[in-house]
Amino acid sequence: MAFGGRKPSGPGGRGKSAAGGDKQGGQRRGLFRRRKVCKFCADRIDDINYKDVKLLSGFVPERGKVLPRRISGTCAKHQRALRVAILRARQLALLPYASD
Amino acid sequence: MSARTYELIYILKPEATEQEVADLQAQVEGIVQRLGGSIEKTEPWGRRKLAYEIGKHKEGFYVLHVIQGSGELMKEIDRRLKVTEGLIRHLVVRVDERQQVAERARTKRQEESRRRRIARGLPPDRQPGEGPQRDSDDDADLTYEGVDTEA
Ligand SMILES: [Zn+2]
Repeated sequence: MAFGGRKPSGPGGRGKSAAGGDKQGGQRRGLFRRRKVCKFCADRIDDINYKDVKLLSGFVPERGKVLPRRISGTCAKHQRALRVAILRARQLALLPYASD
Repeated sequence: MSARTYELIYILKPEATEQEVADLQAQVEGIVQRLGGSIEKTEPWGRRKLAYEIGKHKEGFYVLHVIQGSGELMKEIDRRLKVTEGLIRHLVVRVDERQQVAERARTKRQEESRRRRIARGLPPDRQPGEGPQRDSDDDADLTYEGVDTEA
């Protein structure tokens, strides 16, 4: 019952590989695999909550910058909501600011 | 004007006593009552580490209120909290709109699922004994694989 149509081509399928020049030479490195789909679409998270530090911190790497879409795979709509949520979480010192 | 829902979070100094926490809560409740709102929920998160230092503070005592009321009410609370001693920070967030959008998205998804089921010749709603919820066989490919945190 293959259904849905928007299947993001199986393992090894490449998304927009042009972005970022693909320095890492592929989608996999060690344990980490490049995510191909927006997590919020996939998990049906309609409401990105600024209090959900566990969720948000996955999108704020050590330097404290918001993970760009080309790396996280987040869609434009959810990236916007994510930024707002992260901003609020930072105001409340639930997440660090960029530490450049 | 229909009531709006807000979340109010404030951070007290970590050394705040139980009495001080209670006093501030009472103060907030007083304003809410006076201006015709209501407190839906009060949730003390307690002491937790701040993600960065604020002033000399490394920790704070967090309290969350969910409040129904007007924008005027929240402005008044904001004004008051700005001049409240012993408060490290506070934030007011309107949440009813966000919740409505989420609700709409959920409804839309349900409708789509029903439409797909009909297209497949199934009854629109799931029947007993159909097994676990699964409205697309692609789901397995959509799982979250984590984020490369090495960068
Ligand atoms: Zn998305």
